[in-house]
Amino acid sequence: MSQPLLSIQGLTKRYPGVVANSDVTFDIGEGEVHALLGENGAGKSTLVKAIYGLIRPNEGTMLWRGKPYAPHAPAEARATGVAMVFQHFSLFEAMDVAENVALGMDNPPPIRELAARITEVSNAYGLPLDPARMVGDLSAGERQRVEIIRCLLQNPQLLIMDEPTSVLTPQEVDILFRTLRQLRSEGKSILYISHKLEEIRSLCENATVLRLGKVVGRADPRQESARSLAEMMVGQTLHVPSRQRGAMGRVLLKVDKLSVASPSAFGTALKGVNLTVHAGEILGIGGVAGNGQDELLAALSGELRAPAEAVRMDGTPVGQYGPTARRAMGLLCAPEERLGHAAAPDMSLTENALLTGAWREKLVTRGFVSYAKARDFAERVILRFDVRTPGAHVAARALSGGNLQKFVIGREILQRPSVLVVNQPTWGVDASAAASIRQALLDLAQAGAAVVVISQDLDEILEVADNFAALNGGRLSVPRPVQGLTMDQIGLMLGGAEGGNDAAA
Amino acid sequence: MLRLEKRPSPSHAWNYATPVLAVALTMVAGGLLFLALGKNPFEAIRLIFWDPLFSETFGAYSRPQLLIKAGPLILIAVGLSIGFRAGIWNIGAEGQYIIGAMCAAAVALWFFPAQSLLVFPLMIVAGALGGWAWGMIPAILKTRFNTNEILVSLLLVYVAEKLLAAAATGFMRNPQGAGFPGSRNINQYASAANHELIAGTGLHWGGVAALIAVIFAYVLLQRHILGFHVRLAGQAPRAARFAGVAPTRLVLMCLGLSGAFAGLAGMFEVAGPARLISIDFNSGYGFTAIIVAFLGRLHPVGIVLAGFLLALTYIGGELAQFMLGIPGAAIQVFQGMLLFFLLALDILSNYRIRLALPALSREAR
Repeated sequence: MSQPLLSIQGLTKRYPGVVANSDVTFDIGEGEVHALLGENGAGKSTLVKAIYGLIRPNEGTMLWRGKPYAPHAPAEARATGVAMVFQHFSLFEAMDVAENVALGMDNPPPIRELAARITEVSNAYGLPLDPARMVGDLSAGERQRVEIIRCLLQNPQLLIMDEPTSVLTPQEVDILFRTLRQLRSEGKSILYISHKLEEIRSLCENATVLRLGKVVGRADPRQESARSLAEMMVGQTLHVPSRQRGAMGRVLLKVDKLSVASPSAFGTALKGVNLTVHAGEILGIGGVAGNGQDELLAALSGELRAPAEAVRMDGTPVGQYGPTARRAMGLLCAPEERLGHAAAPDMSLTENALLTGAWREKLVTRGFVSYAKARDFAERVILRFDVRTPGAHVAARALSGGNLQKFVIGREILQRPSVLVVNQPTWGVDASAAASIRQALLDLAQAGAAVVVISQDLDEILEVADNFAALNGGRLSVPRPVQGLTMDQIGLMLGGAEGGNDAAA
Repeated sequence: MLRLEKRPSPSHAWNYATPVLAVALTMVAGGLLFLALGKNPFEAIRLIFWDPLFSETFGAYSRPQLLIKAGPLILIAVGLSIGFRAGIWNIGAEGQYIIGAMCAAAVALWFFPAQSLLVFPLMIVAGALGGWAWGMIPAILKTRFNTNEILVSLLLVYVAEKLLAAAATGFMRNPQGAGFPGSRNINQYASAANHELIAGTGLHWGGVAALIAVIFAYVLLQRHILGFHVRLAGQAPRAARFAGVAPTRLVLMCLGLSGAFAGLAGMFEVAGPARLISIDFNSGYGFTAIIVAFLGRLHPVGIVLAGFLLALTYIGGELAQFMLGIPGAAIQVFQGMLLFFLLALDILSNYRIRLALPALSREAR
């Protein structure tokens, strides 16, 4: 290859007490889709932040087409030709698409002119988007398009994408990949960060693997298997969740015509949801975020009350029961939002263990808390689920997302639930931790519990679930056995019309 | 350039250091204020913080005053702190204090002049119930109609003051008082009086009640599941609902409890140091207790220390008024500055200040 577009040489970034990047060296060629692989905390984010000018490295140099490149601010990076699509969107829901795009630009043109250019670019790249629509009304996939088009308008040479497919339906992923391939054919380079190895294998021609801040491998993903990539990333032989399909037992959770309003103004009401989960069964519920997942979890956990008969736990109507009473019966939940919902950010892990474990783990006698017992319980969760933390006294917010997720899921599993409902159990969790969480869910079902896995990660659902149902606009499809289900069928169940129509438009 | 950087975990050292630093900064800023008023700042600060305790001239009078003033401050602040921990902002303790005092006085005046051991306990119950009931008004309005408890509780203070004025000049007025406003002297009615327990110390039943309240709050917050739920609701309301905390019950409990504690403080005051129901019976304890609660880090032990400190500014403030002619409002400004500096400095527990010199970091690279 001739001169690379961006050459990173010996880049090191230290934070107090931790080296986030250590002597990282790699090149991104012109017109290359380069994958950056690594577990959570491997240093991927730090690295791209350095490229995008959000942080400055302590050592090392970067060369842009052979010239020194050291951006002091994102504006400087953008001026050079670097654009970035973040994992979490920074959009204002109450403004329309064109206004949102203008807000992210350094020198926005008049809004009418901008709208015309948005339409032009969106058509050119097969990303249909109406500049006059309110962002609040857009799906996650469409919101991502706003971010991508915002970047494309600046005509970048290097596009950085951080976990772009985590919120997309299969159809939306197809559209995105078509766009990315088109960009590559135009000679633009893409730095693609993902933990979805199949995607990387189908899209990228080069991969740099990071582990604990260091480059531990380079590969051509097309020549590797997903498994060999994952093992490179984790640095050990990957344990793939396994299960024996046991016989299903009696019905443990039955939801019958459950309709509840959402407590939040931007939420989705549940409309006549029916579902049945047997002992030993895992029901996977797919769907793009914001289609009623949070509300379904709240209605099952007891945070949202429903008519008594709408939720039955092992035959007993519990719709009117609160979280404490449901927990006492063995119906446990782990919500999606770790900080602030599943756990209190400023409280220690001991206190967070008490948060849901108080009654089932008998941490409380006659109203008085035994913090010694709570610490024991927290330490058992930490040990059993390999939570990386200096100890149970550490505040929940000091843990990385993946580690806190292991703690939150582990906390519920160790309480021996008879029904467990989890929302996004492995969101933002690295491959090996995700595998161990999924294995724990499988083991739990094996032992006779009924498990509901709400997830946007279809691979995850297909890996663990016996039956699959899709949540769309607060309605749940009829569950179907996972075996024999094709991706196309799943896409249609998810309300695939959205992706299909857009592709044709 | 200074930058704020969020700490991974809240700093314990700063948590303890900020109240001390806030007091120091208040002394500096207060000194400047007194200087601007044309007074000697060093003398004023000495009069406020030193002389009430150690001066030979004033000490004998001032030292007992310390317990008399700190008692109600601590009692009210402990009640408030439990609500504040849960994110329930009762700003109307002053009103609950007045109503508690009026209810207790009503019991005393009803029994007057009968001698009975039952009168004093009944007054305690009436005081607590009165404060509780006044606190339940914002609580019920909040849980039923989602009104803001800060506004409702604060505005109810002024309603309580009107009722107090009506009582002092009307239905509770001393029939033998020659038409002057004010009730009978409850402190001189043996069955109802809240006597000094140990002569010369200023300790009366209110101080005992404050001590019990401190222990109660400590056990509740540190050992009891209810205290855990209070802290949880304050820090992460959504996690609290997930844990099974009913927000409605928590609002009723916190506003009821802080109201009852404020009412008790009013009861001990009217039967003790204040002696009677008068138009100007309330002297701002309910508001100052808010400062006490925050200065004490919403922690029972901290509140005890803060209670004594604010009691000192009350006494020393009076002394400074008397000796230097500093206006009374300047003392209130002084107390307010304390809260201001404390809240401003609190950011340091969760953030650290970084000196970011562009030139330096370029070199480091």
